[in-house]
Amino acid sequence: MRPFTYERATDVPGACAAASRPGATFISGGTNLLDLMKLEIERPSHLVDISRLPLADVDELQDGALRIGAQAANSDVAADPRVRTRYPVLSQALVAGASGQLRNKASVGGNLVQRTRCPYFYDTAAGCNKRDPGSGCSAIGGFNRIHAVLGASDSCIATNPSDMAVAMSVLDAQIELLDADRSVRRVDIADFHRLPGDTPHVETVLRPGEMITAVILPPPPPGRQLYRKVRDRASYEFALVSVAAIVATDRGTISSARVAFGGVAHKPWRSADAEAALTGRPATMATYRAAAETAMRDAVGQGQNDFKIDLARRTLCRTLVQAAQAS
Amino acid sequence: MLRWIAARRRTVLTTSKADETDIEPGLRDIPELSMITLRINGTKRDLEVDTRTTLLDALREHLGLTGTKKGCDHGQCGACTVLVNGRRINSCLTLAVMHEDDEIVTIEDLGEPGHLHPLQAAFVECDGFQCGYCTSGQICSAVGMLAEAAAGWPSHATADVSSSQIALTDEEIRERMSGNVCRCAAYPNIVAAIRVVAEGGPT
Ligand SMILES: Cc1cc2nc3c(=O)[nH]c(=O)nc-3n(C[C@H](O)[C@H](O)[C@H](O)COP(=O)(O)OP(=O)(O)OC[C@H]3O[C@@H](n4cnc5c(N)ncnc54)[C@H](O)[C@@H]3O)c2cc1C
Ligand code: SF4
Ligand code: FES
Ligand code: FES
Repeated sequence: MRPFTYERATDVPGACAAASRPGATFISGGTNLLDLMKLEIERPSHLVDISRLPLADVDELQDGALRIGAQAANSDVAADPRVRTRYPVLSQALVAGASGQLRNKASVGGNLVQRTRCPYFYDTAAGCNKRDPGSGCSAIGGFNRIHAVLGASDSCIATNPSDMAVAMSVLDAQIELLDADRSVRRVDIADFHRLPGDTPHVETVLRPGEMITAVILPPPPPGRQLYRKVRDRASYEFALVSVAAIVATDRGTISSARVAFGGVAHKPWRSADAEAALTGRPATMATYRAAAETAMRDAVGQGQNDFKIDLARRTLCRTLVQAAQAS
Repeated sequence: MLRWIAARRRTVLTTSKADETDIEPGLRDIPELSMITLRINGTKRDLEVDTRTTLLDALREHLGLTGTKKGCDHGQCGACTVLVNGRRINSCLTLAVMHEDDEIVTIEDLGEPGHLHPLQAAFVECDGFQCGYCTSGQICSAVGMLAEAAAGWPSHATADVSSSQIALTDEEIRERMSGNVCRCAAYPNIVAAIRVVAEGGPT
């Protein structure tokens, strides 16, 4: 690990100002940043510790929305009674991620900014455009079993590893950001993460020193909420494919549907096409299959990850069967 | 050289003077030392650490508390699990300088021969280990896990996350303990030991 100076932030705007300087970065739970610093993939010269800032509360807003502070631990959010009853898909996604110990440290803000698990990104001897822009992508034509099938580019085929963000995607979450110049903006989760394009090292719309202060969940839509994660071992493992769904039915007809995939792209993959193929149709396997086909219409495998396309279709169908049963 | 490093020693603990915080990318190959006070197992300990020191290395290398083990050093095994303010965390993925004023409990404080913690006694009773390398992490993790279950926290094994009633079945114990890997695969007996304590015995 490279040496760095350290400060513990005591106020939010001051932390943003400190982190906007060259070489400085926020540290929250540290569970992703320190992992990468040990390997010298991340090399900050100054750490601004934001873990004790008063941003850990979960509050109900006047309009029925829920405001989750960026410093709230993943475990606290998953266990919050309001999240469990009104946004169960978020609780399910959180407890499907990492381990009990990690969830106690991982913050909501850090979870949104966590980096890919592409093995070449972690292997400093390999070329990787995300780690070292211009050095090539070793995953294209390499071991790419866990890589993206949607939205990838010739520069990078990595996936976003977050489970939480997939649930937030179907919940239409908004990310509240505070810039170093003290301006506040809200970004839809759909616009927060970027596709790799030819700048795969730029993963979110965050500016230098800009801090995630909260995630706002609008009142939940009607219907049953489900998160289903498929992985190589039963626990403590990242998703190969995951699906978050919210489905409402009315006398055998799907009245509304929201669907997002994890593990298939550089960002949570909300599928408007699948949602359109479900809404107003009978809640039958034929409908689910048609929606799954539409959702994966543009999917492209890289060889070793071809199986993900079919796995994503099947995982969607299975999730929809379960969601429609009880909604 | 040494004197020069000493002259650069400082700890900036607030951002109130953010403008004076010097961030000099060119100087980052010089270790940065920091004086900190940690509260470990009920005792205040002053130590000087390189800012890079993880809580795990501070415990093992600076304070001689070697009960906490280093397996992977990357959050992937759970051998380094300790309790911070009552919660289980991986001490390898957190910095010592981040834990000033926190209440840190390690395996050394849970019990000792003659006065074993119920979980330690149950691990002995149920033969919940083979080589023992993962055991202190397993036990600290189980202490935290039982508190989480008692507080009604859901897990991936909980069929309905909206229900606050948690029945600590073997499936629940396995899922909640998945952050502790055992290379000897003593899992059946680890689950049995935790079940004994979850069900109220032995004391
Ligand atoms: C072994 C292992 C298994 C895991 N398994 C899973 C899994 O199955 N599913 C899953 O989803 N995740 C998994 N994770 C990842 C885990 O969820 C992330 O490490 C965690 O969420 C990061 O949060 P943190 O607070 O520790 O972030 P940090 O490590 O502190 O920070 C990560 C990044 O976010 C930035 N940052 C932090 N807070 C803010 C903020 N408020 N505003 C702006 N930037 C910020 C930091 O500067 C840094 O760049 C796993 C991790 C490990 C080590
Ligand atoms: S897929 Fe992306 S992260 Fe992986 S090697 Fe290629 S450029 Fe790097
Ligand atoms: S040593 Fe910390 S999790 Fe393995
Ligand atoms: S007892 Fe040997 S690793 Fe668990």
